[in-house]
Amino acid sequence: MELSTGVREKNLIHGRVLVASFFGAFLLLLLLSRLIWLQLVETERFQTASEANRLQTLPIGPARGLITDRNGLVLAENRPNLQLLVVPEEFDDLDAAIAEVRARIDFSDGDVERFAKNFKSRRRPRDPVVVKDDLSDSDAARIAVDLFRFPGLKIKARPTRHYPYGGLTAHSLGYVGRLSLNELKNIDERKYAGTDRIGKLGVEKAYEDVLLGQVGVERVETSARGQIMRSVEREDPKPGSNIPLHLDIGLTAKLYEVLGNRRGAIVAIDPLNGGILGLASTPTYDANSFIGGIGQAEYEALQSNRDTPLFNRALRGQYPPGSTIKPMLGLVGLHYGAVNWKTEYFSRGFFQLPGNDHKYRDWKEWGHGRVTMSKAIIESVDTYFYQMANKLGIDQMSEGMKWFGFGRRQGRDIQDDSPGILPSRAWKREARNQSWYQGETVISGIGQGFWVTTPLQLAAATTAVARRGNFIDPHFSLLEDLDAGAPVPIGKPLDWERMIDAMEGVLHDENGTARGAGQGLNYRIAGKTGTVQIFSIGQEEEYEASEIDERLRDHALFVGFAPADAPSIVIALIIENGGSGGTTAAPAARQIFDYWLLKRKKGSIFPDVTYVALMNDQLLGYKNASSN
Amino acid sequence: MLAATEIGHIESFRPKRFAQRYGVDPLLTLVVVVTALYGLIVLYSASGQNISMVVRQAAHVIAGLGIMIVVSQARRDTVIHITPFFFALSAMLLVAVLLIGVDVKGAQRWLDLPGFPRFQPSELMKLALPAMVAWWLTRQKLPPKLSQLIIAAVLIALPVTLIAKQPDLGTSIIIAGSGFFAIFLAGISWRLLAMLGGLGVASLPVLWMVMRDYQRTRVMTLLDPQSDPLGAGWNTIQAMTAIGSGGLFGKGYASGTQAQLKFLPESHTDFIVAVIGEEMGFLGISVLLILYTLILGRCLALTMRATGNFGRLLSGSITLTFFVYVFVNLGMVSGVLPVVGVPLPLISYGGTSIVSLLIGFGLIMSMQKTNRVLSGDS
Repeated sequence: MELSTGVREKNLIHGRVLVASFFGAFLLLLLLSRLIWLQLVETERFQTASEANRLQTLPIGPARGLITDRNGLVLAENRPNLQLLVVPEEFDDLDAAIAEVRARIDFSDGDVERFAKNFKSRRRPRDPVVVKDDLSDSDAARIAVDLFRFPGLKIKARPTRHYPYGGLTAHSLGYVGRLSLNELKNIDERKYAGTDRIGKLGVEKAYEDVLLGQVGVERVETSARGQIMRSVEREDPKPGSNIPLHLDIGLTAKLYEVLGNRRGAIVAIDPLNGGILGLASTPTYDANSFIGGIGQAEYEALQSNRDTPLFNRALRGQYPPGSTIKPMLGLVGLHYGAVNWKTEYFSRGFFQLPGNDHKYRDWKEWGHGRVTMSKAIIESVDTYFYQMANKLGIDQMSEGMKWFGFGRRQGRDIQDDSPGILPSRAWKREARNQSWYQGETVISGIGQGFWVTTPLQLAAATTAVARRGNFIDPHFSLLEDLDAGAPVPIGKPLDWERMIDAMEGVLHDENGTARGAGQGLNYRIAGKTGTVQIFSIGQEEEYEASEIDERLRDHALFVGFAPADAPSIVIALIIENGGSGGTTAAPAARQIFDYWLLKRKKGSIFPDVTYVALMNDQLLGYKNASSN
Repeated sequence: MLAATEIGHIESFRPKRFAQRYGVDPLLTLVVVVTALYGLIVLYSASGQNISMVVRQAAHVIAGLGIMIVVSQARRDTVIHITPFFFALSAMLLVAVLLIGVDVKGAQRWLDLPGFPRFQPSELMKLALPAMVAWWLTRQKLPPKLSQLIIAAVLIALPVTLIAKQPDLGTSIIIAGSGFFAIFLAGISWRLLAMLGGLGVASLPVLWMVMRDYQRTRVMTLLDPQSDPLGAGWNTIQAMTAIGSGGLFGKGYASGTQAQLKFLPESHTDFIVAVIGEEMGFLGISVLLILYTLILGRCLALTMRATGNFGRLLSGSITLTFFVYVFVNLGMVSGVLPVVGVPLPLISYGGTSIVSLLIGFGLIMSMQKTNRVLSGDS
């Protein structure tokens, strides 16, 4: 029995070993077939995946084109900027790492806040977040020695936009800022692969395509940790083109100096080509603050400021033009035969429509006596224009004023300007669903009522006068000068000359509304003042400036050009609540003409650094207020 | 007694085999050495040309071969006699691991005893458990009775639980397997086996409940690696990419981009076969599979020739466990099994694993010798 037991046991085990061997062989064959599938069937798929692993295409951001003034002074530049970046995914304890970095370098509350904001904003995984901008060399060195301890931390030099003239150019150049999610939807993302900045406003926005440049690519071999091992191939980026502007930075500084701490706007245009020589809107802001993402406190200070520094008064401010449009309106009246140069109206201080006892008052209580077109311009006779407007009618008035660019955006390379309102029957029906009243025609005759214009529009319309009947779109870029402009179809050249003569009278005639500003001039200015009521007083009440709140006082306006017979500069100027056009606006304009024609005889004056710094200190006072 | 003398008589007619005479089986030793050399060559590339790592591994191999030769000299009876004590010692060390073990990467698997190199007691258990089960089952006639099997199950459950607690799911499954193989080879009835299988499937949900989160993630990842390509699926995807992109001939020695640029995780330990696949292609892996087949074939042949039931059961269990190592590692790296921390035998870097494998081969060899005193198998 023992024999059979031993043999049976042995056979039993051997049998089991054989079963296990066959089962194992079967499993090995399964494994083999899996390997055959991986290595011999699906090879190509995995080779592609492996290449995609190994090679990474890195976009290289192009250098943004520079923006220069007419003399080549750089208004928008790219400044080297050392940034401390962090890849949050690389850290188990990001807060601790950041705290350690902070202990080593200068880190303001603003930096903390900006990092928190950047960190929260949506980004692709493994995209670095800026911990601190504008790292000083010593800070960079202090971090660099310990960089090996933080593999997710890097210091990278990324050129950053900088506007050396700060507040002086903010309203004309605008600024670049971080691409928003909304903007991402509307752009070709490939073009922006190497940058996260886009022109947000002004020239930066208008010439975005030109300034941006073309993204370059570098194919690099990377390790699994994202470390770049070597470059495989590289296509260099093409830097954006530079944009030279008509802007004269010296003149622009002068404009801001003239406005000082008053609210207002000035647009200066070169009548030869429509180029914008200078643009000022006060108060202004520091465009540099917006580039790295503006701090909360500064933004709130800007937003809550009653004087709205972010608001571009020159392009978007909507002011009733007042008497400044009388020269253009006069030309339209002449064109349609409502009046001629000999037409005389008697001014007794007010005008009344037949069958209505409402008095449309003149600014001069007792009237101007017998008035022709010339006298009506020189003395800014309201009653003359009430009568002329009434005869002309609203249809012809608005039709004619269109030739001067009113009621529409100025287009070309100007971004975000407002169209204003040129009143007409059609406009009123559409906007207010009301029919037009005759009285509204009368007050439109002195640029009041529904009529609102931007300082830019006034400058463009005045430029058309300075060009003796040729309207040209105002524009910033020197590269936009191919346009010959559009003739204003007001026939006779003599009409233009006589109107300009009358405008010269505004400053040079003994009765001119701006005769004070015209004193001692050794060149001739053609201009027109405007004083705009923004506060209605009763029919029989007296307007007493000193008794009215400063913010309800009249706006002071002036439009004009010089030298009158061969103009080289056109100005439209508005000082909010400045009082009368003749006593406030015209003398301010005179300073600018003097600067352009007398002081700047030997060419542009380049503002020096201390002057610019001083100007910015004054203009950007809100910054100091907010940091206190 | 007659039968035993008869068998002894028949065997004595044949010239004694080399292994019987000297303890060492030359054929198995040769294939193992060739495989280990192949491993060293691969390791040099997989470690990023780290020669000192290769030297250290070579030292492990040499030390392991030395221990293998020593073990192969052991008398079968001696092995049988010390088995319960060895098992008890291993179990105690496992308890010690849970109490005073060293924590590495969130698992307490290592023991750092003064005077010894740092080692994983679970490696000892890989040998101790099948030996213990074989010892227990061969005390009575085969096939084993149900009462014996219940005790055997307890013997298996004890170390498996201790190791699972470390936690080390991969090793505990393999050790459970090694104990089970002894039972299987001992002739557990197919009916009981089928019932156990059914019970196993039924208990899967329970297993799922007691699994730790990372273990569940691994299983889920196996089912769909793309569900978390940068997290849990990363290892599998990168390993499959490495192997697949190797094609027939591979990208060339030390030129695998997946391995050299560190896309491949654990490229010198658990995932080393992906380096072979990527750099030496299907041919390189085929060479490895042939070497493994030779080892397994030789081990099976030795199992068939082993003397005594204890020897047969122990040899067979060790052989099958070795097979499981190969299969689980290759299956895991090629994406058909979940990622469990199982090294590729004889190739992956690591001293404990290679030494315990070679001790296992030594035990297989030692089971070839007839006893000086011819005794019954029971």
